Amino acid sequence: MSVDSTAELDALYGDYPLDRAFDEMREPNGDVRPHYQALAETLAHLPPDELQRCKQSADLSFLTQGITFTVYGRQEGTEQIFPYDLLPRLVTAAEWDLIERGLTQRITALNLFLRDVYSEAKILNDRVVPRELVYSCKHYRRQMRGLQVPRNVYISVVGSDLLRLNTGEFVVLEDNLRVPSGVSYMLTNRRVMKRTFPQLFHSYGVRPIEHYPQLLLATLRSLSPEGRPEPNIVLLTPGVFNSAYFEHTYLARQMGIDLVEGRDLVTHDNVVYMRTTDGLKRVDVIYRRVDDDFSDPLIFRADSILGCTGLFNAYRAGNVTVTNAFGTGLADDKALYAYVPDIVHYYLDEDPILNNVKTFLMTEDKARKHVLANLDKLVVKAVGESGGYGMLIGPHSTARQREEFAGRIEANPRNYIAQPTLDFSRAPCLIGNHLEPRHVDLRPYVLFGDKVNIVPGGLTRVALERGSLVVNSSQGGGSKDTWVLE
Amino acid sequence: MLSRVADSLYWMSRYLERAENIMRQLDVTMSLMLDTGGASAETHWQLLVASLGYPAELEWGGDLESLAKTLIFDPEYPASVTACINEARENARQVREEISTEQWSRLNRLYHQMHSPHAQTEFKSNINDVLASVVDGIHLFKGVSDTTMIHGQGWHFIRLGRYLERSYAIATLLEVYQPRLFQPPEREHSGYQYLEQVGLLRCCTAFEAYCQVYTADLTPDRILEFLLLNRDFPHAIRYSVDGVRQAIRSIQYTGGRRPPDELTAGIGRLHAMLGFTTIGEILAGDSAAFLHTIREQCMHIHELVYRYYIQYSIQSALAT
Repeated sequence: MSVDSTAELDALYGDYPLDRAFDEMREPNGDVRPHYQALAETLAHLPPDELQRCKQSADLSFLTQGITFTVYGRQEGTEQIFPYDLLPRLVTAAEWDLIERGLTQRITALNLFLRDVYSEAKILNDRVVPRELVYSCKHYRRQMRGLQVPRNVYISVVGSDLLRLNTGEFVVLEDNLRVPSGVSYMLTNRRVMKRTFPQLFHSYGVRPIEHYPQLLLATLRSLSPEGRPEPNIVLLTPGVFNSAYFEHTYLARQMGIDLVEGRDLVTHDNVVYMRTTDGLKRVDVIYRRVDDDFSDPLIFRADSILGCTGLFNAYRAGNVTVTNAFGTGLADDKALYAYVPDIVHYYLDEDPILNNVKTFLMTEDKARKHVLANLDKLVVKAVGESGGYGMLIGPHSTARQREEFAGRIEANPRNYIAQPTLDFSRAPCLIGNHLEPRHVDLRPYVLFGDKVNIVPGGLTRVALERGSLVVNSSQGGGSKDTWVLE
Repeated sequence: MLSRVADSLYWMSRYLERAENIMRQLDVTMSLMLDTGGASAETHWQLLVASLGYPAELEWGGDLESLAKTLIFDPEYPASVTACINEARENARQVREEISTEQWSRLNRLYHQMHSPHAQTEFKSNINDVLASVVDGIHLFKGVSDTTMIHGQGWHFIRLGRYLERSYAIATLLEVYQPRLFQPPEREHSGYQYLEQVGLLRCCTAFEAYCQVYTADLTPDRILEFLLLNRDFPHAIRYSVDGVRQAIRSIQYTGGRRPPDELTAGIGRLHAMLGFTTIGEILAGDSAAFLHTIREQCMHIHELVYRYYIQYSIQSALAT
């Protein structure tokens, strides 16, 4: 790149710090990484208003497609667009290849783990994973013991969160094995980006992700119960008040399947039916977006009205497939997470391709002492929570918060883990008129039916506040499109 | 199609039809009140209230503007236009995946129009424009529904809701106005009677259509004949009942259950009543009872649709 265009870039970048964190776009010395060259040049040659115009046209595109969050509470119900950033995050073919192999390996192992724990429990008998860690997990479902699930697939829809450390290495932060969301934003981001930067998109040779709904449908179909060659597949939603309701309607529409609520379903003789205008229609596969706890008041929480009474018995009888299976939250418990490398070794006899983040278990005395002495440097998480809740970020915490967490850890060590505060990677985002780096993660979406399928890409989540490490959409995060290059 | 979805589409449509009906009748009533020589404002108001099916708490107190405001804007008043549009939108929101984006954004726009702070201030200065723009909004929604939504079972439930609501509303209106139509005018050739008759027709957007069929020569029996028995006019009861009948038939052809004999018979009876009776026969008999029967039949059809398509018992469904 010539000196001139670097100068132009400097104006565009303004205050663009390059420090310890890995920058997706620039080398530590300020040079643009080779695969970001084309993007950098495009940006350098765009008049500043043009970027704003792109941003506005993208905003409008989100709004008119109805990709909005509904914020309730006020009577009117205001709608907001999902915050996003205009610049794509680029992933090279080599990087993607590693991620794909790593996730495939991990999902395969975790699935074998779930199958084992809910049947013979060999891994516990061999003392690779501590028994008490499994049985004390609040997402462990004893009702799943000895139950045969179709194709032995427990987790068919996964959205793992990856981070990139300052070494450039991708690591897995958590595996979301219950009801991961966000895939609709991955799909709609792409649609908007194709409209906003058609030339750039074309010149980059980006691998497509648009067939995700089709793959999901094929995955669900492959899990259909025996003897149901033309399965009736439905998506079970908690209903219109759920924050991911947009996604549920979107996926149902894209797959051409019915979107059902618990009140649409009835069970009789261990068969699930839905109420239609043509009478009761048998349901074969349920893509479940309702948590375990709320799925069947007979088995789980009795006060829930979101699920379907008798669903679990029909499931146990093998008359309906529910996916993900119940009790998969066990394997994304944040304390069990520390054992995933061992789990990979145990079942596959391979080294993990993607590593974990260093994790301290509070049940171990030595680790706990270390953590309590260093709370201001570490991140503490409650093991059963997700979405950025129940978390202490040491460097950003007050003494009072640390004291409160120390008390909680002492009171219930099983419920907490600690990890180092990660300087995870940053990518350039359009902030006002110029670029600034923001921390990003990556959530690829993994499907597992007759085989593992990962569409090349995922949701790159962005901590839009300067310096913030929290990317969750419920906590002020946004997203950007992820381009996996050919 | 899921019963819950059919239910939501059906009510979305009924509520919009209801909102439109209230708006139009209010518009006509307010313009009739401008002529002070005829019936008193209070009489006009009471006729309006009666023909909307007596919504409670709308006693005439002399302040037309505040009553009209309640009837249009008060979301707490369950029979107001705003309440109807709220309900329609809420139903649509629950089946967002079944309706087109164009339908949703039209309905949203209407909803925001009713709730905008300008609407009420503008209302004071420019009543007619506000009334007309809401009715326009509803018409646009219907147009967009017809042109952007797949004409499958959901669309037929929308039509069912629209025509059943309309049949019921016109029958109620005629029941209220019918005795008045045949009363001798208080003053000969005063023109007030003519205004009222035009008003009645305009409540059903029927004045121009009437003139095309009968010329502007207004007579009570022809007005009644037109609004009751015309086969081709969309706001005549016979046409609307035809719409109900076709919708039920199409629901079956697009994958719904075969309508039970009871329902087929109910609609058939109503259809025959309107198709094979002349206005002379109706007027020679008890015309009030005739109109009342239409309303009862409409309610009966609604109940049967509910019992067979929406809220059927599990036992009955498993038996078949």
